[in-house]
Amino acid sequence: MVAFYETEVRSRLMLGTAQYPSPAVLEQAFRRSGAGIATVSVRREAGQDRAGAAFWDLVAQLGVHVLPNTAGCYSVREAVTTAHMARELFDTKWIKLEVIGHADTLQPDPFGLVEAARILTEDGFEVFPYTTEDLVLAERLLEVGCKVLMPWGAPIGTGLGLTNIYGLRTLRAQFPDIPMVVDAGLGLPSQAAQAMEMGFDSVLLNTAVAKAGDPAAMAEGFARAVEAGRLAFEADPMSPRDMAAPSTPLIGKAFLE
Amino acid sequence: MSREITIIGAGVVGLCVATELTARGVPVRLVDPQPQPGPHACSWWAGGMLAPFCEGETTEEPVVRLGQEAADWWARAGVQVHREGSLVVTLGRDRAELDRFARRTERHNALDRSALSDIEPDLGARFDRALYFKDEAHIVPRAALDHLRDQLDHNGVPVDAEAPEGDLVIDCRGLAARDVLTDLRGVKGEMVVLQTHDVELSRPVRLLHPRHPLYIVPRGDGVFMLGATQIESGERSRATLKSVAELLNAAYALHPAFGEAEILEIGVDARPAFADNLPRIRRRGDRIFVNGLFRHGFLLAPALSRMVAEYVIEGTTPEVMDEDQRER
Repeated sequence: MVAFYETEVRSRLMLGTAQYPSPAVLEQAFRRSGAGIATVSVRREAGQDRAGAAFWDLVAQLGVHVLPNTAGCYSVREAVTTAHMARELFDTKWIKLEVIGHADTLQPDPFGLVEAARILTEDGFEVFPYTTEDLVLAERLLEVGCKVLMPWGAPIGTGLGLTNIYGLRTLRAQFPDIPMVVDAGLGLPSQAAQAMEMGFDSVLLNTAVAKAGDPAAMAEGFARAVEAGRLAFEADPMSPRDMAAPSTPLIGKAFLE
Repeated sequence: MSREITIIGAGVVGLCVATELTARGVPVRLVDPQPQPGPHACSWWAGGMLAPFCEGETTEEPVVRLGQEAADWWARAGVQVHREGSLVVTLGRDRAELDRFARRTERHNALDRSALSDIEPDLGARFDRALYFKDEAHIVPRAALDHLRDQLDHNGVPVDAEAPEGDLVIDCRGLAARDVLTDLRGVKGEMVVLQTHDVELSRPVRLLHPRHPLYIVPRGDGVFMLGATQIESGERSRATLKSVAELLNAAYALHPAFGEAEILEIGVDARPAFADNLPRIRRRGDRIFVNGLFRHGFLLAPALSRMVAEYVIEGTTPEVMDEDQRER
C-alpha cells in the first residue's frame, strides 16, 4: 500500500476528473481502473453558492480519496484562495498545488509554487506540489514542509511521456523516502509503467484517459501498467548489458571466449 | 383524445412538444410565467447547430441517430433551416486533433485548401485542411422559438402563467425541474454574439483546440454567435472575463478580422443534464418529465417531441423512457 501524509491509498493510480464525455463515463473509468485518488479542479466561480455541488457530489460518490487541485491558478494569492475554498468544500487538508507560470506550456512557476506551499503548509494544509524534475526546487519544497512531490513527466495534456528520464531518475535517487507521483504528460500505459519501474510511488493522469475513445478501457490499461511497473520495481530488475547471455547453457558447444 | 394536456415550460422543449401535439390534433395549453421566448430560457442562448454527426465525437449513439430527425422537423414546422453543412478546422500545431475528430465521427469528407476556398473563401486563406459534414444544418434559435410561439398563438393554444390542477402535465421546465428530478445538474455555458462585415461564413465552423474548443455560427447580416464554454456548475449568470477572453481569442485565431468585430452580447446560462448527458422522459403519476437535453436542445427536442406524442396518443413507450428512480 502507498501512503500520502499517513493516509493509505488502495491503488497507485490517480485519475483526474476533467474533460470526460460525461460524469457517467468518468464513473466507469474509476470503477474499471480501481483508481484510489480523484483529483478535482476547483474553479472559484463554481464555489459561489456551491454552484458546482452537483458534480462534486458525483465525484464524492466514487468512494475514493478526493485530492482537490488549484488548476488554472497563475498567482500565489489565487492558489491560496482556491485551496481554502477546496478545504471547505471537500473537508480535506489535502491540496494539489498548481501555480502555473506559463500560459502556453502550463509549466509550474517555481518561485510562486514554493511561496504558496509555505503559506499553505503553515496553515495546516497537506500540500501535493505539482513541480518539475528540478532537484533544487524539490529541495525547497521539502524545506517549506511538503512531504509529497509531484514531478511532471511532460507538460500537462501533451501525452509525451517521460521527457527527462535522467532528471527524474536523479530526483528519485536523491529523495528515496519522499512519496513521489509522476503527474502530467503521460499518454500511454507503457509510459506509466516506465515511471513505476523507476521507483515512483504513483502516477496521476487525466487527458490520456478522458480523451481516449473508450475512457474506461484506457483507465483499466493504465491500472494494469501501473501494477506491472510497480511489481517490476519491487522485483529488483536485472541490469541491462551489452553481451548476450543465453538463458539455457549451450552444452556441447565450444567456449567462444 | 379530448382531454387538454398542460405543458409547463415554454423553452425549446415545451414549444416543440406543444407544436407536435397540436399538429397531431391534441388540445394543449402552455404554462410559463414568461409569456414570450426570452433570456429566461437557456434555449435563448443556444447555438442552433443541427450537427448530429459532429456531436458524435463526444456523445453516445442515441444523440447521433435521434438528432438526424431535427432538420426535417424544423423545416416542417416552418422554420428556415440552412442546409449548408458544417466545417471543422484546426490550427497548424493541433493537426492531430483533426485526425482524432475524423476517426470518431462519420459522414464527413476531407477538404484541401482549394476545396475549402470553394465553399468558404474566407477560411481557405487561413486553413489548408478541413472536415466537411455536408448533411448537417443550422437554424437561428431565437427566430425558431418566436416562430413556434407565434404558430401556437395562431392555432389558438392558450398560454397561462399558472398550471390548473388535475390535468395530464408534460413538464418541460429544464433545470427548474431539479425540485423533483434531483439527479439533474446544471452545466454552465457562456457565449458571445459578434457583428462584423469583414468575414463571411455560410455555415457553422468548429475550431478544435485541446483547451479552448470553439464553434461559430453565422446568423446572417454579419452577426455571429461564438460558443460555448462547458463548466460543471449550475450557475446561470456571471460570464467570467477568462471564459469570454478564451472565446474571443479563439474567434480571433479563426480569422483575424474578428478582431474588429463589435461585441453585441455576452450570454450565460446552465444546461440541464443527467449524469450520462443523455435526455430522459420520466413519468411520475400524471406528470411526464422531458428533460436533460444538455447541449442538444434544438437537436433533440424534435425527436423527444415525437416520442412524447406517440406515448400520449398511442401509448408507445419512448426509447428514452427512464423508470430508474435514481432521484435522491
